Amino acid sequence: MANWNNLTKGFFRENPILVLLLGCCPTLATTTSAINGLSMGLATTFVLILSNMSISLLKNFIPNKVHIPCYIVVIASFVTVLQLLMQAYVPSIYETLGLFIPLIVVNCIVLGRAEAYASKNNVFDSAVDGISMGLGFAMALTILGSIREILGSGSIFGWKFIEGDAILVFVLAPGAFIAMGYLIAIMNRLLKKTK
Amino acid sequence: MAAKKDTLLNMFVALFVICVVSGGVLGLVYNATKDPIAAAEKAKKTEAIKNVLPEFKELKDINVKSAMEDVELPFHLAYDANGNFIGAAVETFTNKGFSGNISLMVGILADGTVNNISVLQHAETPGLGSKMSEPSFKDQFNNKHADSFNFNVKKDGGDVDAITAATISSRAFCDAVNRAISTFENNKGGF
Repeated sequence: MANWNNLTKGFFRENPILVLLLGCCPTLATTTSAINGLSMGLATTFVLILSNMSISLLKNFIPNKVHIPCYIVVIASFVTVLQLLMQAYVPSIYETLGLFIPLIVVNCIVLGRAEAYASKNNVFDSAVDGISMGLGFAMALTILGSIREILGSGSIFGWKFIEGDAILVFVLAPGAFIAMGYLIAIMNRLLKKTK
Repeated sequence: MAAKKDTLLNMFVALFVICVVSGGVLGLVYNATKDPIAAAEKAKKTEAIKNVLPEFKELKDINVKSAMEDVELPFHLAYDANGNFIGAAVETFTNKGFSGNISLMVGILADGTVNNISVLQHAETPGLGSKMSEPSFKDQFNNKHADSFNFNVKKDGGDVDAITAATISSRAFCDAVNRAISTFENNKGGF
């Protein structure tokens, strides 16, 4: 049961974007389409799971005073590994996400989980936490990306159902804020009901 | 077991070991992915060259000094089966983009006519400037010659229809194309 709770918390109760509001920079910038949101979410999930696991393994080895530099080195290494792998095997996705892949290093959610969870729990729980948080993040990004793509370009996952331009503002930065605001409002409403 | 004590030695060892291990892992991954990355980039370029030029038999890569500033542009010269020069695919760029550099592959025929253009890389606003890679914008350059067509947006007195709400991106695109054409014209005799 505890594992189940641990696995589901990232989707609703502690969803990184919609409840914790962590890691909003890549969220707002990369969710111009559903596929971009999904790939960014999965990339972050990959880093989260690996960094959570290794930090959980290393937690007794790292003295308190240098824990942040150590975490950042570990996270940055995983991000670079991911970046090289994406560049080699999925160059088209790498190109659209481009700058935002290296920025996963400073994504609050990755360091946040390392600090708040992985440094206090065992490897298995930390991995579950990484999966939960990562997929919750990916889910929020995909929903946000879908909304912006449907309203902004009249298509979904690249499949166009409206000819010509749609409500362009949703593809631009203000649209990201508007769509995210509504999503957070809906989430708050839902969570209030279940309390 | 609690975290190690904050002695200088412990801190030093912890950071040192983590950095060395990370460095080693990165080195391994870099080596493993170096070839696929190069292959992916090359495939993309070859694809772009084929896209912007008519059918050719042989390709020769040279670097030509840009007509506009002191940098070299890669030229891919295409020859037919008899060794006649058909045209060149020019890798050109502009730093006037709305967000960052834009690089294009411009196919220019032997007489200086633009054959086709392919966008290699850009970071323009999705939905606005990103439309530069759509045929409705970029195909208006096709089969145009600098003698009869002014490769500038209409706002600047040229003949190019800018993308709605993305004049800066359109201007940058024209800048890159002009760089390719003028460099080509400067070196025309040498191919």
